[in-house]
Amino acid sequence: MSERLMMKGTEAMAEAAIRAGCRLYFGYPITPQSELPEYMSRRMPQVDGVFLQAESEVAAVNMVYGAACTGHRVMTSTSSPGYSLMQEGISYIAGAELPGVFINVVRGGPGLGDIQPAQSDYFQATKGGGHGDYHVIVLAPSTVQEAVEHMLLAFDLADQYRTPSMIIADGLLGQMMEPVELPESRGLNSLPDHSSWAMQGAKGRESHKVTSFDIDPYELEKMNHRYQKTYQRIRENEIRYEEYRMEDAEYTIVAYGTTARICKSVVNSARESGIKIGLIRPITLWPFPYEVIHTAAKKTGFVMTVEMSVGQMWEDVRLAVEGHAATPFFGRTAGVVPTPTEILDAFHKERKVK
Amino acid sequence: MMQATPIMKRPESLAQKEFTYCPGCLHGVAHRLLAEILDELKIREKTLMVAPVGCSVFGYQFFNVDGTVAPHGRATAVATGMKRALPDNIVVTYQGDGDLAAIGTAETVHTANRGENITTIFINNAIYGMTGGQMAPTTLLGMKTTTSPYGRSSKTEGFPIHVCEVLQSLPGVAYLERVCLFTPKDVMNAKKAMKKAFQAQIAGLGYSLVEIISTCPTNWGLSAIESVEWAKKEMIREFPLKKFVDRVGDRS
Repeated sequence: MSERLMMKGTEAMAEAAIRAGCRLYFGYPITPQSELPEYMSRRMPQVDGVFLQAESEVAAVNMVYGAACTGHRVMTSTSSPGYSLMQEGISYIAGAELPGVFINVVRGGPGLGDIQPAQSDYFQATKGGGHGDYHVIVLAPSTVQEAVEHMLLAFDLADQYRTPSMIIADGLLGQMMEPVELPESRGLNSLPDHSSWAMQGAKGRESHKVTSFDIDPYELEKMNHRYQKTYQRIRENEIRYEEYRMEDAEYTIVAYGTTARICKSVVNSARESGIKIGLIRPITLWPFPYEVIHTAAKKTGFVMTVEMSVGQMWEDVRLAVEGHAATPFFGRTAGVVPTPTEILDAFHKERKVK
Repeated sequence: MMQATPIMKRPESLAQKEFTYCPGCLHGVAHRLLAEILDELKIREKTLMVAPVGCSVFGYQFFNVDGTVAPHGRATAVATGMKRALPDNIVVTYQGDGDLAAIGTAETVHTANRGENITTIFINNAIYGMTGGQMAPTTLLGMKTTTSPYGRSSKTEGFPIHVCEVLQSLPGVAYLERVCLFTPKDVMNAKKAMKKAFQAQIAGLGYSLVEIISTCPTNWGLSAIESVEWAKKEMIREFPLKKFVDRVGDRS
């Protein structure tokens, strides 16, 4: 039975992961997401699951790698500096074609930065982050309810495509409380069967080798082509986005996550004074919804990107627009959350230029 | 008619594959011992092996067991994830000195400290072999390598690290012994120690590690025989053979 509760973003994601059938959590405390490992440390023993506080994010991501080798649902969560530390392991997980689920509750950077909400890890999330030609499926929820739904989706996509997937949230989404409807728990017997490739013991069969490694460049290139085929299937099937009041829009704003929520207020207040703005909210940051933005660019001739960064998704938006529209940008960064008023002011300034 | 009984055969756990190791390298002996033990303890079918980055990066291919390669230094973290997912399986890491005692020091210490119920075979030959003979954390004082061309100096490079001595104070450790492979007797002792390490894991007693003092004729610039003679004298003086922890006792 699903149930309706008031929950913090981090805790709602943790509970959703358990209901998705995840019984293995490895992590390391870091603000602003430490409530997630804390929640797991309480809940996992109640469901015969594993919670392990690793000695570092480096160790945690490799525990994820090891558990993923056995074909079990496994996850970790962290925030920006910790996600940087995990990049090597994520590259190995991608190369070994393993399902593993990550949460990055993004905070201000670079370096130690601060602990306030940010979206300045977009490049790291969508363009690789670690070494090699690989991608991670990136889901960007904008409400706690959507974060819960993305948690289930992240596990399903990781299993289906045997690739790492992640939820990119910001500190705001992680920390705020909202009413959520939690899904029913998945029966562990109903989870995908990975026994055809996973490391579970070579009983009555040839041994399984799970690696990202081949010293022969021609063989490694073949492996890379296989990864690219998977990424192509993901591009064809898994692009997700929301269009908000785009039907009659004369101006387009593109924003994701918490920023998209703020931009919905901007859209509504602009429309009250007769200015028809619409919003495109990418839900998958990789694969990115280029096509819908391209269409909106041709239709409206104005595609403004708003982010809590100095302009990272902006690069993908401009790739999507391909010169068919003006592409202004407004952002606050380093943990500063933009207000609807300042976004609207920036919009008006750019609108005159159009 | 008399039935011929083989007295020596390839262990079932050892794959039909040529080793990639240099002539005179002792990895081959250590591999054979490991395979014999997996056969004798009848655990081949549930063993999961984690190879390191280093000369034994191909190690997972030489055994008829499920295997992977960890990122450099992270073998025991990877093994931890496997063991927590499948506690009834046997998990073994096979690591060199650079992997285990330099880049992987944190993972080594904390895996041991958690008493993670896995087994580590640790090959210490005081040098980075795969990358071409650079200084290792266990390189002896005065020893010349490609990154300590004037000989390792304690003033600038510190001292060779003694892994067993560091780990022996941790209560999570169930079995800890340093052995070598220089004579047939040494090989028999090494096998006994390795077997006990796996028995510790089978009994669920905690972390087990066997350090094997080995050689590197290629990067030491010595013949196979010279390298063994040198190791007997110099390596054993620095790294004395000893059983540090044995919570298995005679229960085997």
